[in-house]
Amino acid sequence: MASGIRLEKLRKSFGATEVIKGIDMEIEPGEFVVLVGPSGCGKSTLLNLIAGLETATGGAIRIGGKLVNDVPPRDRDIAMVFQSYALYPTKTVRDNITFGMQTRRIPKDNQQAALEEFSQLLQIDHLLDRKPGQLSGGQRQRVAMGRALVRKPEVFLFDEPLSNLDAKLRISMRTEIKKLHQRLGKTIVYVTHDQIEAMTLATRIAVMDNGHIRQFAPPADIYENPVDLFVAGFMGSPPMNMLPGVLCRNGAALAVQPKGTGLRFPLPRPLADRVTLQDGDQVVLGLRPESIFAAETELPGENRFVFEEAVEVVEPTGPDTMIVFDIGGTEMIARVRPEDARPEGTRFRFEVDMTKAKLFTPDTGQAM
Amino acid sequence: MRQRRTSGIVQPKGLRSVLMRMGLFAVLGLFCLYYLLPLVVMVSTSLKSLAEIREGTLLSLPQAITFDAWAKAWDSACVGVRCDGLKPFMWNSIAMAVPAVILSTTLGAINGYALTKWRFPGADWIFALILFGAFIPFQVVLLPMARTLGQLGLAGTVPGLILVHTVYGLAFTTLFFRNFFVSVSDGILQAAKVDGAGFFGIFFRIVLPMSIPAIVVTVIWQFTQIWNDFLFGVAFTIGDSNPVTVALNNVVNTSTGVKEYNVDMAAAIIAALPTMLVYVVAGAYFVRGLSAGAVKG
Ligand SMILES: Nc1ncnc2c1ncn2[C@@H]1O[C@H](COP(=O)(O)OP(=O)(O)OP(=O)(O)O)[C@@H](O)[C@H]1O
Ligand SMILES: [Mg+2]
Repeated sequence: MASGIRLEKLRKSFGATEVIKGIDMEIEPGEFVVLVGPSGCGKSTLLNLIAGLETATGGAIRIGGKLVNDVPPRDRDIAMVFQSYALYPTKTVRDNITFGMQTRRIPKDNQQAALEEFSQLLQIDHLLDRKPGQLSGGQRQRVAMGRALVRKPEVFLFDEPLSNLDAKLRISMRTEIKKLHQRLGKTIVYVTHDQIEAMTLATRIAVMDNGHIRQFAPPADIYENPVDLFVAGFMGSPPMNMLPGVLCRNGAALAVQPKGTGLRFPLPRPLADRVTLQDGDQVVLGLRPESIFAAETELPGENRFVFEEAVEVVEPTGPDTMIVFDIGGTEMIARVRPEDARPEGTRFRFEVDMTKAKLFTPDTGQAM
Repeated sequence: MRQRRTSGIVQPKGLRSVLMRMGLFAVLGLFCLYYLLPLVVMVSTSLKSLAEIREGTLLSLPQAITFDAWAKAWDSACVGVRCDGLKPFMWNSIAMAVPAVILSTTLGAINGYALTKWRFPGADWIFALILFGAFIPFQVVLLPMARTLGQLGLAGTVPGLILVHTVYGLAFTTLFFRNFFVSVSDGILQAAKVDGAGFFGIFFRIVLPMSIPAIVVTVIWQFTQIWNDFLFGVAFTIGDSNPVTVALNNVVNTSTGVKEYNVDMAAAIIAALPTMLVYVVAGAYFVRGLSAGAVKG
């Protein structure tokens, strides 16, 4: 079956700049790992290392248990979709897609069958005789996908494979990729900047920052229990609100008082019990936009906190409306139902579900 | 693909731009005339009889066109003691130039490919050394080359001349191809490596088809250089193995008695025809933009 991938203390430097700074990762066979992280954090470099297109400066890469540090790309049984597409300009779409099978001397009939299967899936079967120069960006991207898919290797590496497609095609391709993964059961490492793609496709998400893996966990975990401020701020759109404040202890009860305000956000029990800090210590309170809504619009529950602020900006997105407001100089976003939204300038009563709140220490950024 | 990407660009219209165009073409026409004049004189002289040449002026057009001078130049003019015209020497030149062009272009392409796409420690140094060869004047290598050819037993032969031109041409061809290949996206090569192709697989199946413009330029350049070379030809070949340039010199210089200007001109044009032919034929394939659409954006 599929091969797992294991990275041990993997490092990569380009000259004096270290780009991958010691990554440890264990990817199970058949897993769908999505790599996310800001531009320039080393995602493509990591894929290149796994593919063997870059030589690791330190550490080990194992595919299917075998140490492959010195194995050239063609012997690693991988296929890759490049961020830049990298199609062969002088070859037709057909030859672009079948080139990998030609070099591996796969029988013509099998080549043809694979070509037909995937060109239909990717809706490029009418383009087979064109050259890449005669295609649109999205069509090129699908050809690049096709070239990787036809070979059915043990490991697929995708570098932002859907970034150039229109919204509708992107969603249908996303579904196709997911189905394909379920059908073929191969290991996939997939880079994307699209949060929804990451959440829907991944069995686990790896959040990268500046050459490190910050968190490697199932999507729900990444979203619900981010390990630090970076992950919390990176995943979720709009991002989690980060409210700096001080801890106020009142007997057993704990609350966070944002700087420069009289508001006190009470912390719910399980979270409060984990807090070891003292009264007056600095903390950062993390609140997802969807846990702030218009007061009294949801069934009453425990650990709710109601406060009033002026609406600064209203941003309708369709299904929800974002309301931007300000607490003690920090810009906050609440996600409310469109019918609850109020125009800019009016006072608005917000309700927070504090059971969803996260607490971070400001200096290390770690979650509590 | 063949259509130029720039052909659809909207251009300004109106009197001003029409006048500008006309001015531009007038200047270009003038230059054309200036450059073409020597050729016109050569062609017209070669078509005259000796009597007419003596009577008329340099610029006057032939009254009675005759191809006698061409026929003589081709197969009966005396080159030294032998009077078979330029014909046998043309074959010498072809037998020398074609293999030398193919060899130097192929090796230059492989060099350029290895130096840019399969980088190894010291690649830049090696390139600098190869490049150095491009700046060494012909005269400097004459003696060492003569000794080398002597040691190899190739002195005075066409294969010897092929070797000289291949070695000397490598510096230029490597430079051309290296500069072309640096602009070829590394991503394409990475994709080919993942697709399972090796050094030569990528070279022949991916890189060379993309390099047609570079190949055409190099072939035109190398062919012109090698065909027109006189110094190596005169230094490293003897009598029957002379290339046509040396033979031409002998035709012009050894004519006893009257100077046959018409034969000299015809011989010179014959000797120059192949380079013109290569330029016209190869130039037609000089298509640009072969890598369009390979990468994003
Ligand atoms: N060949 C190279 N030489 C020097 N530095 C490089 C090289 N390739 C990449 N880098 C640097 O390494 C860092 C990581 O690059 P990488 O392409 O992996 O980023 P990325 O996470 O894929 O970004 P993006 O999301 O924009 O694609 C960048 O800062 C980049 O400038
Ligand atoms: Mg990238």
